[in-house]
Amino acid sequence: MSVIDLSALSARQVRDSIALGEFTAREAAEAAYARIEALDGDVHAFLQLTPELAFAAADRVDMARAAGNELPPLAGVPAGIKDNMNLIGTRTTCGSRMLENYESVYDCTAVRRLLDVGALPIGKCNMDEFAFGSSTENSAYGPTHNPWDLERVPGGSSGGSAACVAAGMTSISLGSDTGGSIRQPGALTGTVALKPTYGRVSRYGVVAFGSSLDQIGPFGTSVDDVALALEAISGADTMDATSSSEPVGSYTDGLDQGARGLRVGIVRDMLELEGCGAEIRASVDLAAETFAALGAEVGEVDLPAARHGLAAYYIIGPAEASSNLARFDGIRYGHRAADPADVLDLYMRSRAEGFGPETIRRIMLGTYALSAGYYDAYYGQAQKARTRIIEDFRAAFERFDVLLTPTTPEVAFRFGEKSDPYTMYLNDVYTIPVNLAGNCAVSVPSGLCSTSGMPIGLQIIGDYFAEAILLRAAAAFEEATGFDPIPPLVGSLNS
Amino acid sequence: MAISSSDVRHVALLARLALTDAQIETLTAELSSVLGHIDELQHLDLEGVQPTAHPLAVTNAMRADVVVPGLERAEALRNAPDSDGTAFVVPSITSPGEES
Repeated sequence: MSVIDLSALSARQVRDSIALGEFTAREAAEAAYARIEALDGDVHAFLQLTPELAFAAADRVDMARAAGNELPPLAGVPAGIKDNMNLIGTRTTCGSRMLENYESVYDCTAVRRLLDVGALPIGKCNMDEFAFGSSTENSAYGPTHNPWDLERVPGGSSGGSAACVAAGMTSISLGSDTGGSIRQPGALTGTVALKPTYGRVSRYGVVAFGSSLDQIGPFGTSVDDVALALEAISGADTMDATSSSEPVGSYTDGLDQGARGLRVGIVRDMLELEGCGAEIRASVDLAAETFAALGAEVGEVDLPAARHGLAAYYIIGPAEASSNLARFDGIRYGHRAADPADVLDLYMRSRAEGFGPETIRRIMLGTYALSAGYYDAYYGQAQKARTRIIEDFRAAFERFDVLLTPTTPEVAFRFGEKSDPYTMYLNDVYTIPVNLAGNCAVSVPSGLCSTSGMPIGLQIIGDYFAEAILLRAAAAFEEATGFDPIPPLVGSLNS
Repeated sequence: MAISSSDVRHVALLARLALTDAQIETLTAELSSVLGHIDELQHLDLEGVQPTAHPLAVTNAMRADVVVPGLERAEALRNAPDSDGTAFVVPSITSPGEES
């Protein structure tokens, strides 16, 4: 192993160590690749490694330091990029055979912004095909394994992005979250995982799944690192008309302000949903006690419409996905079927051959929900339920600054355990309402399950563009719990 | 709400997916199951509720009407399954006799 242990350092510490000359950015990149060499044969967090890009970026950092320039906030920090984000010089496969050979022809804005402040692009991370899934089992290139237990899933769809941070292969990573695809794998791998407010981060260059739901966000091992990454990637972008011009604040400055005076609401009716494990439920009550001990005003609130979020999402998400994925037609890019009889045959076979089972399921569900005769009953009704969910959150944020729920109803499950599609969908019951409403939420590790030893995540939900308060609450909780999760797999490397 | 295999065949055509009989059969069962779970939406009283298409109250985002460089042709064609260097090549959509 390299002398640098990325698991023992925060992104901020990596950057500061390089600035102080304790090690070079090149050595930070070497540490990332050494850890990948040691562990990724088992974990499979990466679909593609990009050492040429990473070492070129590292050399720029090292030259800037040699020239006496002040280093930017993420200088020399190894980063993983979910493989649905375009970056020139990489393939962008979306975990699909459809895009097996697709070469990025432009840069995703969020990725570009992360690299512009010095981050090192170590590689492209595994994911459920087109971000459809909660386990990475839907990747056409094989699943990612949870660094906490290789027999278990890391969550999904951003499972590779979560696993590479949990295993210390990179300090931070980017994922995308349409119904929980950042927060759920964050919870399952003991990492800090943020879905920003819709529009906070440009979606330009991330392959679209649900255009009214998708948002890019960071993973890290600390709230501070996630806040640093958010500062880098946030802000308006002329290439995404839905990106917000809401000013980007400092997300790191207020992190030490503690929880005193914050109004914290436990979402009681969500906790009582069937299928939520007793220990998960208890962990949220314990978190509420922690906040009370820190001086927060803790109360309870119900979100009665949120229980219908899952049903509304499985209309709206697939409907938007079926429209977005219409672009994969075998004409301009992606897989094309051999010897087509005519254009219709070309479309139909290219798509059937290029897409995996869950992608086909979502496209079919969405197409059905939007088809003549069913539109009002499904899509129209789901859009109205969405309004009710938004109203619930608005009322709750009149009374509270942040809300608490579990991130997931259970800890990481074993491969193949959820073969029925709907059983898998239930894993996102707590995260989905936030995407439908469009506000922000973060998953923070709250402890380990007493029986399985797997991490448990607390979901803290914030109001629109209230990332500063959200992350302040998360930092106070993180400090109070003193939980610094290192998977046994990583611990064994250092012994 | 149950969905029939003929519904599934029709939707597969709309979605431009050439599915096998086995896939149609599996999807009929799976989609029926998922639709059964989300049937609860039909029973909600949402009379008079405004639908939400988008979570934020964004208005039209305007920019100056200035021409800026776009994707170069070679880049746009780089991932094409078939191209002649200037355009995407696709199977003919007209037969010779149909040309006017």
